[in-house]
Formats: sequence, C-alpha cells, structure tokens
Amino acid sequence: MSLLELKNVSKIYGELHALDNVNLKVEKGEWVSIMGPSGSGKSTMMNIIGCMDKPTKGEVLLDGVDIAKESKKNLTTIRRDKIGLIFQQFHLVNYLTALENVMLAQYYHSMPDEKEALEALERVGLKDRAKHLPSQLSGGEQQRVCVARALINYPEIVLADEPTGNLDEANEEIVVDLFHKLHDEGTTLIVVTHDPEVAEVAQRMVVLRSGKIAKEKVNDHFTGKIRFE
Amino acid sequence: MSKRKMFFRMIVASLLRRRSRMLVALLSIAIGATILSGLVTIYYDVPRQMGAEFRNYGANMILTAADEAFTQEDAAQGIGRIAKSDLVGYAPYRYENVRVHESPIVVAGTDPEGAKKTSPYWNVDGEWPAASGEVMVGANVAESFRLSVGSTLTVSYTPEGKVQKGEALEDLTADYKITGIVETGGSEEDYIYMSLDDLAALTKEQGTLDVCEVSVSGGADAVKKYVDQINSSVDTVRARVVKRVTASEATVLTKLQALVLLVTVVVLALTMICVATTMTAVVAERRREIGLRKAIGAPDSSIIKEFMGESMMLGLLGGILGSVLGFIFAQEVSTRVFSSSIRFRPLLVPVTILVSIAVTAASSLMPIRSATDVDPALVLKGE
Ligand SMILES: Nc1ncnc2c1ncn2[C@@H]1O[C@H](COP(=O)(O)OP(=O)(O)OP(=O)(O)O)[C@@H](O)[C@H]1O
Ligand SMILES: [Mg+2]
Repeated sequence: MSLLELKNVSKIYGELHALDNVNLKVEKGEWVSIMGPSGSGKSTMMNIIGCMDKPTKGEVLLDGVDIAKESKKNLTTIRRDKIGLIFQQFHLVNYLTALENVMLAQYYHSMPDEKEALEALERVGLKDRAKHLPSQLSGGEQQRVCVARALINYPEIVLADEPTGNLDEANEEIVVDLFHKLHDEGTTLIVVTHDPEVAEVAQRMVVLRSGKIAKEKVNDHFTGKIRFE
Repeated sequence: MSKRKMFFRMIVASLLRRRSRMLVALLSIAIGATILSGLVTIYYDVPRQMGAEFRNYGANMILTAADEAFTQEDAAQGIGRIAKSDLVGYAPYRYENVRVHESPIVVAGTDPEGAKKTSPYWNVDGEWPAASGEVMVGANVAESFRLSVGSTLTVSYTPEGKVQKGEALEDLTADYKITGIVETGGSEEDYIYMSLDDLAALTKEQGTLDVCEVSVSGGADAVKKYVDQINSSVDTVRARVVKRVTASEATVLTKLQALVLLVTVVVLALTMICVATTMTAVVAERRREIGLRKAIGAPDSSIIKEFMGESMMLGLLGGILGSVLGFIFAQEVSTRVFSSSIRFRPLLVPVTILVSIAVTAASSLMPIRSATDVDPALVLKGE
C-alpha cells in the first residue's frame, strides 16, 4: 500500500477546476517534487494532502484512511500527527523565539521538550540563534526554523510549498541539503517548487497544468540523469 | 517542560513582546476596574461620611448652663420635665484639658450608656467603656499616639489653681485601658472619652457639666414643647432645639447610592464594549498567526484557551492596577467632597480582580470565538 494515494481528485471552485481528476501515488520514503505554472493547482493539491482542505470529488488515502471523508477536527489531529508543513513565506509566530516556535509544534503534538527542540535547531544549524525572535533572523534562517519545526514531531510526510521561493542561492542550498538528509532518514517529501534545480534533485517530478497532471519524470539518482516515462 | 509552563510562556511572551497593542487593552481594563473599585468604595463609605455630616442625628436637644456652670443634678432636673416615654436618652458632657505624652488633649467625661443613645451614628471599633478605668479614644488620638484597642493610656492632669499660685506643678496621673476607638468623621475623633466618675477621680473634684445632649422622640413639636417647659421651670439650665436629620435628607443618601450604582453599571458596560473592540482588533491582527497555529495542529479548543488566557491575564493585571488606582480615586473624591479620608477595604482587592477577570473574559468571548473561523489553508497560500 502506498503511503499516499489520490484517486480521481477534483477541486472545483464554481466553474474553475483547480484540480481536475488527479491520480497520484506516493510511496513511503519517496521524494516527489511538484512543478507547474502559476494557478495550475499546486497549492490546492498541497492543501488537500496537508488536511487543510477537502476535495470536491475523489478519494485521498493517507495511510489507508480517506481523509476526504474526515471531520475538520479529525483532520487537525491527522495533520498534527502525520504531517510537517513548510511554507513559502517563513511563517513563524513573531513574538516567540526560534526555540519557542519549534516547541509550539511539540506543544500541540504532545509535550514541549526544550532539549529536543534545541537538537532540532542544531540539525538546521541554528543552535546559537535559539533565543532570537524571527525579526532578528535572516530569511534563510527563518525558513530553517520552519524546517526544524516541521521535523520535530517525526512526521510521516513533510509538505513544502515553495520552500526556497524567497531564498537566495546559498540559503536554497542549505534547505535542499536538509531535504537530502531527511530523505536519507526515510522521510517522505513532497516539495512544490518553481525552481528546476530544486525540482531535479528529487526522485520524481510531477508537472501540473490546469489542474491536471501533465508530465511525470523519474530522476535516476545513480546516474544523475532524468529519464522520461 | 510541561504543557502548562509552555502555555504561560506563550501568554507572557505575547503580552510582553506585543506591548503596545496590549497596553491599550490593559489601559481600558484598568480604567474600568479603577472606576469600579473607586465607586464601590464610595458607595460603602458615603453612609459613613453622611453620618458625620448629619452629626446631630440622635440628639435633638441640648442643655447648657444658664449662668456659668451646671451640675449633674441641674441636668437631671431638666431631664425630669420630659415624659419617660418620650425620652430616648441623654448624655452629660464635662470637658477637661489633660496631657498625654506632654501633648495637650481634651478628655470628655460622659455617661457612656447615655452617649450611645444620643450618638447612634458613632462608629466604635471595639467596645464603649463600661467599667471604671476604661476609656474610648477618638480615631485621630489613636493615630497620633499609635494606640489600639487594649493598649494602656497614661493621662496627666494639672490642677488649675496651683498653676496660678506659681507653685511647683504636681500632676495628677492615672492609667486607663482603651476599650474602643471612635470614628465619626468629625471633631469627636480628637477626644478621649471616659465616665464622669473616672474624670472626677482623675481631677479630684466633682466638676461641672459643659453640655448635655438629649434625644427626645415625638417629632419637632414635642421637642419644642419640652424646650419651653424646661426653660420656664428650671432656671439653672438653658435648653435648645438641635436640628435633626429629616426623612427627606436621609433619602438623599439612598438616592446617592443608587446613582453610584447606576454609574458603576454604565462604566462596566463601556469597559466591556472597549475590551470587546480591542480583542476584535487583536484577533483580526493575528489571523495569520491563528492560521499558522492551526496549520501546525492546534485544535480550536487550544486557540480559544490561549486567547482566553491572554485576556484573563490582562484582566488580572488590570484588576490589580484598578484596585490601587481605585483606592486613590476614592480617597481623592472623599477628601474633596466630604473632607474626610476613607477606609481601605482589603476585601475589595480580590473582588475587583475577580470582577475584572470575569468582565474581560466575558467581553472577549465573541471575538475569540471568531478566531476559530480562521482557515489555515490561507496561511499556506501566503495570504
Ligand atoms: N478559495 C478559492 N476560491 C476560488 N478559486 C480558487 C481558490 N483557491 C484557489 N483558487 C484558484 O484555483 C487555481 C489554482 O490555485 P493554486 O493556488 O492551487 O495555484 P498554484 O499552482 O499554487 O499557483 P502558484 O504557483 O501561483 O502558487 C487558481 O486559478 C486559483 O485562482
Ligand atoms: Mg501556490
């Protein structure tokens, strides 16, 4: 059984089909990147996978559970327990320090643990910035705090919607390196990106166009070549 | 770290690091609490103040000497003209200058039982003197000599005759036990009260009376009738009518209290509106943060708890501030309007704080509920 399976998923806003009959399978431990022009439905798909929105039609199986049929309350629980989110803007609570922002995810999940939160910050190379407020951190550093927060509860899937969209090259590299580490540890990754360089390091690339899957490519890690199916 | 500790850490961080916004909310709560506790203090203190203003409530006739002095027997003779059924009580007074710790002070010798009847509005902390050797002191006396109920008071009296002859002063001194401290809001607070017998023993002379307060029932006509009777038949004393509080004057007090109550209710309502408005703005301003919290897994109940926690913390701080400022406010009003200080009521502090927390929480309810409507998907989209 796949970790995630979308079956004939559509999201319809009035006349507009933001997602149109999408079928997609993601295996445990896979690293998938999603590309496509603006308005093609990438964020819509991420919202549905991230349990923040429900499809108009179709099934979304996460660990065998159809999240399209769950109540809002259950979706919050599933999101909390299984999903780590990283956004394009570095969404941090602005009056909490880096450490407290990471602990926030622990707080809603189970128990705040300062030591563990510090370790997570250490992993993203920000141990010495733990007591800084978001306003005292650079954009790249803020995004790394978000990564630390997304990882802290050992989620089954990490969803990142344009995580490097607002970063310079150096910071982009740091974040991509973090994804590599996560992938090596077996975390499932779905990354939306406009940046081909970021997309191509993934195992698989999915291209959306007008709410439909237009193309899928598999990246052969061993040869480093991109093979078209 | 426990969940509770993190909860408080977040609330404190939110209040401290978002100071400017929170100060506005805090200010409105503190002003509300100030006026609330101030007005309630005045509400309870006004009757006491009014008692002092209407000091002759009780006695409605006084007897003074027709010539130079009059004795207890003369007073009794005058009182004898009043029908037993119309006589509520009477209190003879003899004033003498004495010294306590070398400071001059006036001691009033009286009949405590009678004084109790002619001055029912006196506020006595402790007991009226009952036995020989017991005294009651005015609140000002107690304050300036740091006296309290149960402490011992040494009173010295210098017989007048000897001073005139230029002989060495030989003071007559006696110790008394303080059984009560009297508060009236007036000059009574400057005196020491003891029985006429104790005063006679201290001064070693029977002495004469300065005044005798009488309380007569039966209305203004009855008082007038007895005054005339005494003046025509007893030539050692002169009787006079003293104006007593009328019924309409007493209702002023009730009306004043009703007014204070009304103002309190209006202020409470205004505070609630102000807090609700501020909290609505706070929630609107923090929609993104709410969405983010939800996106990382916060259930609605947690969001409500966190915002409620913040608003209750503001209520607590506002309540503490309001208790202090309210006392100052009431004190200011009291000294200006009644030229007398009010009493600090410790019970009012927890009451003000609790009311402040409850009012803040109640008025935050609606805005906070709207916080749960925030859609976390909007945050992910970066709106
Ligand atoms: N709440 C909504 N109501 C109506 N239409 C919506 C809503 N949310 C998204 N859409 C529409 O759905 C389409 C897909 O939007 P989506 O945000 O998924 O695009 P995207 O691929 O993430 O684009 P971008 O790269 O610009 O972020 C767009 O045409 C958008 O206007
Ligand atoms: Mg998008």
